[in-house]
Amino acid sequence: MSPHAPGADLPEHPDRLWSATEPKASYDVVIVGAGGHGLATAYYLAKNHGITNVAVLERGWLAGGNMARNTTIIRSNYLWDESAGIYEHALKLWEGLEEELDYPLLFSQRGVLNLAHSLQDVRDSMRRVEANRLNGVDAEWLDPQQVKEVCPIVNVSPGVRYPVLGGTFQPRAGIAKHDHVAWGLARAAAALGVEFIEHCEVTGLQVRDGRVTGVETTRGTIAAGRVALCAAGHTSVVAATAGIDLPLQSHPLQALVSELLEPVHPTVVMSNAVHVYVSQAHKGELVMGAGIDAANSYRQRGAFHIIEQQMAAALELFPVFARAHVLRTWGGVVDVSPDASPIMGLTPVEGLYLNCGWGTGGFKATPGVGWCFAHTVANDEPHPLNAPFSLDRFVTGALVDEHGAAAVAH
Amino acid sequence: MLLIPCPWCGPRDEAEFHYGGQAHVAYPADPGALSDEEWARYLFFRDNPKGSFAERWSHSAGCRRWFNAVRDTATNEIHAVYRVGEPRPVTP
Repeated sequence: MSPHAPGADLPEHPDRLWSATEPKASYDVVIVGAGGHGLATAYYLAKNHGITNVAVLERGWLAGGNMARNTTIIRSNYLWDESAGIYEHALKLWEGLEEELDYPLLFSQRGVLNLAHSLQDVRDSMRRVEANRLNGVDAEWLDPQQVKEVCPIVNVSPGVRYPVLGGTFQPRAGIAKHDHVAWGLARAAAALGVEFIEHCEVTGLQVRDGRVTGVETTRGTIAAGRVALCAAGHTSVVAATAGIDLPLQSHPLQALVSELLEPVHPTVVMSNAVHVYVSQAHKGELVMGAGIDAANSYRQRGAFHIIEQQMAAALELFPVFARAHVLRTWGGVVDVSPDASPIMGLTPVEGLYLNCGWGTGGFKATPGVGWCFAHTVANDEPHPLNAPFSLDRFVTGALVDEHGAAAVAH
Repeated sequence: MLLIPCPWCGPRDEAEFHYGGQAHVAYPADPGALSDEEWARYLFFRDNPKGSFAERWSHSAGCRRWFNAVRDTATNEIHAVYRVGEPRPVTP
């Protein structure tokens, strides 16, 4: 067998897929933020609801924020019914998205392992497996030997400080190439008439008599019948201009990649207890993430001690990585809610819609968010799958508390 | 990585500290009188400014004392540190 050059089967870099344009005076819908969520919302607004007089405004460049900074993991193995509902809806859409968009997303269902390192981890993990199955989400419990079969480079020796006592496995989970996801969605939305306006920061929301009327931007005022926020880490800043306080805190979330390596890592491995998540990108980099930096910040870089801890965890789990070099580290700004679940739905301002609080887990939900948020915007009422994530849950107490349940620490 | 000037120990690495979130959040004076809305605001809503932010830190690997800081969340610049109970200083 001849050596396989990493990345040899990647598609060519695409030609121009959309046109960044000058803003018009008004649109039926303005979407704030051209990340994955904004692009998917625009696409489904046009495709599912026939609303095509839509502008997606982006303060930087298309998909240059968190969409370019995440670790591309896709899974739906959440504990609570509400979360399983929306993430599994997203996963089902992922499974047909390449065909639908007619664009290579490099969606790879290589499975995700969530490791358990203590007896309590084991019990919590088994509980989550059963909950997943009740919700029609594929899930298995694997013992250490089975973990080794799925991912031979994981160290399952009992002699380490936090031994691998097993793990949950979701075979349908995996990764996709984030840039291609953005390009595919943008191309499809552009073909339906959606406009993208880059380098256009929204500096204020215009509200009259309790109803949104438009947005102020660095490129002038744009009138809008409806405004949909998909601004991730900056949602607090934008919403505050309409007098809306949100229960969100913005934090840096870091990720890093190694140099290119031969294919060694066949799946995705996540560990809460030692806290690292690792996959191998199509081109060959090891892609690693960990938790957020503790302190609030809008800086797209974090502290080095977080990287040290994550590398220590990675080395314990994967001794084979000991000589790999770090190529690049970076950070995104994520908005974390008190119950570690997103906030999606209506706001006290008529015609203004909220999609935020996805914290560390927004990428995997991309098509599901687009589908449900487009429904919310088009019909002025939440889709059944995002109704549990409305802002009023913090007053009613109907929280979707995924802290400790989401198979990742926040 | 932040270099945080502990009011007691001087400048130390961020790794020595524990973060405590927004400062000056007072426990409700009359908890029984609060509406659900007011409880929600007390429990779940904290300021999240892009700019100056008064926040709490504990020098957990040093003197183990809590103090407050004013930090700019857009630049991470620390404008002031001050002791618990002292009013928030005026910063640029």
